[in-house]
Amino acid sequence: MAKIVGAITTSHVPAIGGAIAKGLQNEPYWKPFFDGFPPVRDWLAKVKPDVIVLVYNDHGLNFFLDKMPTFAVGAAPEYRNADEGWGIPTVAPFKGDPELSWHLIEQLVAEDFDLVTCQEMVVDHAFTLPMALCYPDTNWPVRVVPVCVNTVQAPLPSAARCYKLGQAIGRAIAKWPGDERVVVMGTGGLSHQLDGERAGFINKDFDLKFMDSMVHEPAWATRYSTTELVELSGTQGVELLNWMVARGTLPAKVEKKHANYYIPISNTASGLMVLEPAA
Amino acid sequence: MDYHPDTRQPVPGTIIFDSVQARKGYALNKMCYSFNDAANRAAFVADEDAYCKKYGLNPQQREAIRNRDVLQLLEAGGNAYYLAKFAGIFGLDMQDIGAQQTGMTKDEFKAKLLAARG
Repeated sequence: MAKIVGAITTSHVPAIGGAIAKGLQNEPYWKPFFDGFPPVRDWLAKVKPDVIVLVYNDHGLNFFLDKMPTFAVGAAPEYRNADEGWGIPTVAPFKGDPELSWHLIEQLVAEDFDLVTCQEMVVDHAFTLPMALCYPDTNWPVRVVPVCVNTVQAPLPSAARCYKLGQAIGRAIAKWPGDERVVVMGTGGLSHQLDGERAGFINKDFDLKFMDSMVHEPAWATRYSTTELVELSGTQGVELLNWMVARGTLPAKVEKKHANYYIPISNTASGLMVLEPAA
Repeated sequence: MDYHPDTRQPVPGTIIFDSVQARKGYALNKMCYSFNDAANRAAFVADEDAYCKKYGLNPQQREAIRNRDVLQLLEAGGNAYYLAKFAGIFGLDMQDIGAQQTGMTKDEFKAKLLAARG
């Protein structure tokens, strides 16, 4: 049986791509952020995933507002990155796992998640940068299954619904007859707001409570509506919905293997966690 | 359930990108979406008027684009992620955008972000 060996949750700010391209990892501004990742790489080298299920939100690369799925699952043999308009170099393509993708789709639809399925899909910085942070040589040693959540156009799926989606993904992977080792990633957040007079909003207290809840009280954020989450974490902080999906794939009891929190990268409070199912 | 349009945007200083904004801003966001393509960015720079006309921007949107004014662009239905592609044409980063919207200098805006460390 396939097994989820853990989850990684991280921010995905485009500026990270610029910093990587310019080799700024050791600059004082960036170092506290990039220093969060060597322990993640060590952990990945230890747990050796075959597949990464990556939960993220598209920012207008694969999906425009003409068709805006609440949840979409990739089922392509390969996923490419492309120009997003702000000058981040593109990365090498990712190898998909269509068999596992379709298994997830079948299981999730059977559990009443009405998904959009994508046999062609380009993936943006929210997918590529967390992968590049985990595998800096961009010679990806894993197959990937993208899961895209609408955090762009309200109405957004609730935190409760995202958590339940994660739980259903967890059950689906447990039913897969292969012996793959799976890591689930959830990208985005933490608190930040790019737009409006409230631009620059960051809420450290909320972020730290949210990160703590990932370990001790995983459904904590489900008490908030998505509007309340915008109020607490900013218009783009609501990307933490992707963390809720990733957390939902793990059992109630987890062990925190690593965490980092740093203010600011670009306009964002960056968060990073590595969680494992508790022994 | 009671429904009051004026409660759709309950967070001060914030326009949540909802159905009202998505409909209002469709042409503007569609133009910004086209800026994923380098040839389209070049076409915009070469003839801004023609490019905006091609996408059917309304006068409010055209004026906001002309002014490079982010708050006006949001008011006209722009979505932050799409507007970022427009800003990318001019090499503006998120601190530039944040400073403009909050009426701060870029250094003041950066100081505001740092202050969030507490």
